Amino acid sequence: MIRVENLTKEFSGLKAVDNISFNVKKGTIFAFLGPNGAGKTTTIKMLTTLLRPTDGKIWINGYDCSKEQDEVRKSFGIVFQDPSLDDELTAMENMEFHGVLYKIPTKIRRQRIKELLGIVDLWGRKDNLVKTFSGGMKRRLEIARGLLHHPKIFFLDEPTLGLDPQTRKKIWDYIKELNQKYQTTIFFTTHYMDEAEKMAEEIAIIDNGKIIIRGTASRLKAKTQTNSLEDAFISLTGKTIREQESTGLDRMRMFRRKRMRNK
Amino acid sequence: MTTIYILWLRQLKRYWRSRSRIFGSLGQPIFLLISLGFGMKSTFAQAGRGDYINFLSPGIIAQAVIFMAIFSGIELIWDRQFGFLKETLVAPVSRFKIVIGRTLGGATVAVLQGCIVFILTLFVGFRPTNIILLPVALVILFLISILYTALGTAIASTLKDLHGFQLIMNFLVMPSFFLSGALFPLQEAPNLLKNISLMNPLTYGVDALRQILTGTGYFGIETDILILTTLSTLLLIIGSYLFSKIEI
Repeated sequence: MIRVENLTKEFSGLKAVDNISFNVKKGTIFAFLGPNGAGKTTTIKMLTTLLRPTDGKIWINGYDCSKEQDEVRKSFGIVFQDPSLDDELTAMENMEFHGVLYKIPTKIRRQRIKELLGIVDLWGRKDNLVKTFSGGMKRRLEIARGLLHHPKIFFLDEPTLGLDPQTRKKIWDYIKELNQKYQTTIFFTTHYMDEAEKMAEEIAIIDNGKIIIRGTASRLKAKTQTNSLEDAFISLTGKTIREQESTGLDRMRMFRRKRMRNK
Repeated sequence: MTTIYILWLRQLKRYWRSRSRIFGSLGQPIFLLISLGFGMKSTFAQAGRGDYINFLSPGIIAQAVIFMAIFSGIELIWDRQFGFLKETLVAPVSRFKIVIGRTLGGATVAVLQGCIVFILTLFVGFRPTNIILLPVALVILFLISILYTALGTAIASTLKDLHGFQLIMNFLVMPSFFLSGALFPLQEAPNLLKNISLMNPLTYGVDALRQILTGTGYFGIETDILILTTLSTLLLIIGSYLFSKIEI
């Protein structure tokens, strides 16, 4: 479903993603883990056609990301790390907007919107402006929206960040159901290791732009001789706290700081 | 087509829902109309130039239009800041259609704003000489709107955050307005001022509006429309190109 070969992204000479390759099979729940600034979001942006890779190739659902962008875009749904709803529109209007952009015929669109808003418990609030929604409600709406065009692959960039346990559970139950029912491939990132351990059939850990290990949670634990994925993660990526380097400029500053320190 | 329509509709809904923006942006034209319009009225008449309100009103309408148009274009930065832009960028639609939809939406909003200001000018004493030509005035307003929405989009495509916004408003919108012949007749302006104004697209917009509404133009309506259309097309192309290059 997802095939990545020698993917690299440089920001002003610094490698945010450094020559990574991996495959995700159809119907897999795949966790993409790593400390802050490891290259997770940059990778997702390249997989979803928002960023052009410096080097390397990506195939999504069999389509080449650099050549068949529209086919690629039809194949996936995404929930971004930060909200991406229009606050000045209602929940319904946000869904409609998405449905029209993805060219879903009106009748099917209406029906699916009703079904999806029902599942995420927002049907009763469909005509409220999104700016009146809480963080959890917005996240649920984004999930519903991302699924409206029945994507083959669903990307979730920290989907449960800042949500209460009830909402987290509900969201995961739904994602799991989706995965089983439609064989939707799930590609997600998270900092909650318990979530990854419980949900993911396969895990990849990325650090400093490189994938350092791949496999099931039990393989990762066995390899590091630890009892939980959290311990395994820390033993693999070290104990230092990472600074968030969201832009190339931040990475450059970090790079300079490191050099100064070494002098 | 539906892509363009839904983006257009979104702009209209946002405009309609932000009443404070509608009323807020009426403040400046009203202030200019009253202070300048009444303040300069007798001086202008004594100089044998006729009624200043009639001279000034087309310029004020044009000013309200470009303000709203650039603002609609620049709104792209908000969309980027608040994330909504990503939703449109990962959708399987061409970026060109997105730009067209946004620009048409922004332009429609700006024309609506221009119509409101037109009605206000009637209250302070503006008397268009030829009512039958009002639809033509709408076309001119639309051309100006497209031009400046596309300009706003082009600028916003290259900006990453809101910091540049105030700069654009101060160094683009205000000079465009003051150097457009909206406030004084260009015929008698010093050469330097006149030459700068000749390079300002809004000059031709104001001139066209004045020609249609009051019957006194400077360049001739054909020249005005030709220049406005050419520049709108050009900016739309530049805007689309810059927008297509956006990476997040």
